[in-house]
Amino acid sequence: MDPLILSRIQFGANISFHILFPTITIALGWVLLFFKLRYNATRDYAWMHAYFTWVKVFALTFALGVVTGITMSFQFGTNWPGYMEKVGNIAGPLLAYEVLTAFFLEAVFLGIMLFGFRRVSNGVHTLATVLVAGGTTLSAFWILALNSWMQTPAGFEIRDGVAHATDWWAIVFNPSMPYRLTHMLLASGLTVAFLIAGLSALRYLTGDRSESMWKALRTGVGIGAILIPIQIFVGDQHGLNTLEHQPAKIAAMEANWETGPNIPLVLFAWPDEAARENHYEVAIPNGASIILRHHAEGVVPGLNQFGEDRPPVLPLFWGFRIMVGTGVLMLLVSWSAAWFLYRRARLPRPLAYLMVPMAFSGWVATLAGWYVTEIGRQPWLVTGVLRTHEALGPVPAGQVGFTLALYLALYAVLLITYIGVLVHLALKAGKEGDPEPSPAVENRALSQPVQAGE
Amino acid sequence: MTYDWQTLLPLIFAGLMGVAILVYVILDGFDLGIGILFAAADDREKDIMVNTIGPFWDANETWLVLAVGLLLVAFPAAHGVILTALYLPVFALLIGLILRGIAFDFRAKVPAHRKRRWNMLFLAGSLIASLAQGYMLGVYVLGLETGLGAIAFGLLTAVCLAAAYGAMGAAWLIYKTEGALQKKAVVWLRGALVLTAIGMAAVSLATPLASPRIFDRWFIWPEMLYLSPLPILSALLFVYLWRETFNLPKPGDAHALRPFLTLALIFALGFAGLAWSFYPFVVPDRLTIWQAAAAPESLAIILAGTSLVLPVMIGASFYVYRVFGGKASDLSYD
Repeated sequence: MDPLILSRIQFGANISFHILFPTITIALGWVLLFFKLRYNATRDYAWMHAYFTWVKVFALTFALGVVTGITMSFQFGTNWPGYMEKVGNIAGPLLAYEVLTAFFLEAVFLGIMLFGFRRVSNGVHTLATVLVAGGTTLSAFWILALNSWMQTPAGFEIRDGVAHATDWWAIVFNPSMPYRLTHMLLASGLTVAFLIAGLSALRYLTGDRSESMWKALRTGVGIGAILIPIQIFVGDQHGLNTLEHQPAKIAAMEANWETGPNIPLVLFAWPDEAARENHYEVAIPNGASIILRHHAEGVVPGLNQFGEDRPPVLPLFWGFRIMVGTGVLMLLVSWSAAWFLYRRARLPRPLAYLMVPMAFSGWVATLAGWYVTEIGRQPWLVTGVLRTHEALGPVPAGQVGFTLALYLALYAVLLITYIGVLVHLALKAGKEGDPEPSPAVENRALSQPVQAGE
Repeated sequence: MTYDWQTLLPLIFAGLMGVAILVYVILDGFDLGIGILFAAADDREKDIMVNTIGPFWDANETWLVLAVGLLLVAFPAAHGVILTALYLPVFALLIGLILRGIAFDFRAKVPAHRKRRWNMLFLAGSLIASLAQGYMLGVYVLGLETGLGAIAFGLLTAVCLAAAYGAMGAAWLIYKTEGALQKKAVVWLRGALVLTAIGMAAVSLATPLASPRIFDRWFIWPEMLYLSPLPILSALLFVYLWRETFNLPKPGDAHALRPFLTLALIFALGFAGLAWSFYPFVVPDRLTIWQAAAAPESLAIILAGTSLVLPVMIGASFYVYRVFGGKASDLSYD
């Protein structure tokens, strides 16, 4: 195989594996702050129980985010040296600000947030939680600014074949950035909402009826039910923004070949790149025109208009449908669970059984969405500025293939272990319930050899 | 040399990158070292050893991201050359860091009977990462050569850097623990110190011999005179620390931090020597910091952020080290 496709797969695998963890920590930090603030306001210790259960998940997830993130910062140089050579003047400062403001804020105060509850005052501990949550979000801000700039570059000029910044405001707040950032932050919120709801439902199914389980369950379901309609609206706006700036991506997502009015919404099809048509198509007449242009005669761009400068159709078409389908499922599940919990104060077992696998639905939707937007940028690495193959380094295919195989094997093992540990932690918390009196309330030293040194 | 921004900014960033690498080597050095020392510790000791680094290691590793980040953003051209030349050792480093990072968290959260497996991986990951760093140091010192000699030299520096990290880990344990484990750490320190000294001597001799340019930088009068404190002071500190290992721990555990600080000083001296050898090159004998630097306006905007954030971060780090100061105790989330 050629080193280009191997390097692309390796980068895709690394970043896919990495994004699983920040997606959780970005929003989980704020949920932990919510637990903490509820405890500060009510002094109900069940909130702290929920906090301690989920702060362990946070610690584990954060560690995975750090180590897989280090891999990312090296990958630019090992596989894609042309990227920094061409646009380093713009990507550099954005990455630097990410490391400086965000990474350090998170990493430095994480220790206090995790282990400092009885070493610092309650106020400082709350502040540490705020700083870590704020740090993860700032981290997302800078990375999304850079990613959006690669999709819709602005505020620069090319001098001597290298990009130079002319307007930093335009670079950071480039046309797609506000939409992508909002979409991603909401995706993170939804991922965490369903993770908390799903693992709490697992505790519920194993017979746990502790107050902290109910509090976490209601928090997860509540956040999910509130965020999902907002996400559907923001996703639609993001799509319209993409239509304006990257029409070829939209054409591929809709598997629409010819530019024109009255374009149908394709629900199911097998797009055929060679024949430039769809097989087995099931479509709603005028659907795509109505969604994208808000009237039936609206003109929707078609793939044939873009010649060879267009992304592959199959992954975009199906990636988009997986994301939207997961979103619809999230809407149904979170709203019915919210109705039962808030109106009937109970959770039917079939619904609980459905919620357990949905714990990881956020991952599915987030990855599918990222595949759509990143593969949709091809053949460009930076739209209109740098093609992907131009950035490739000189490392031979054999070496890339070797490292790729090892990465994939390692990631598979880690993913299984991670999910296994989450389930183990949930079951353990479910079995213990809310121990009374709480050791931390009594303020006596803990002696749990198994727990020591987490 | 004219002193305009075009000249000064790459110089400032080379300095910042040097500081970031040095801080990384010292800070992550002790927690990687503790991972390596897992090889000689029993299960109860392993728990205590992990408790001594628990609140710090995330932040320690962040300095590596800062160092590589600065190379990436300030010297984009060099970043590509160095990292593609070191493709496989970089991969080993990353695998090592991933393994130890996750093992660190998993070992305490998996069912108790699986803990030993993750202890093993914590050791393996720490060792792989340290060896990879040492190997990269060796190959870089020889100007990114690929011959058999360079590989052999890389292997020597790999073992010596791993030993140096082990020494850092042992010194940190002397500071953070008491009783039997502390006594054990003194013995570990003594053993690791020998290999550390060999490694530093090897790098110090190989660097000037590998490149006539570096030879001329060191062995010319009067520079020789000004530079002589570097090797002499390092040697004196080694001897001092070696003798100290026979008197540790002191009555009342006085000056328990001193071995760690002495080692950190030795690292700093060695690093200063390397910096003098390679300046002004960022890729040895190929690219100077000015040839590899990003555009001044981009460097200026990074510098503005850095000078604002770095002091705050250093202050915050000191605060965190104080909160978790003193002898290590059981860490718990609640």
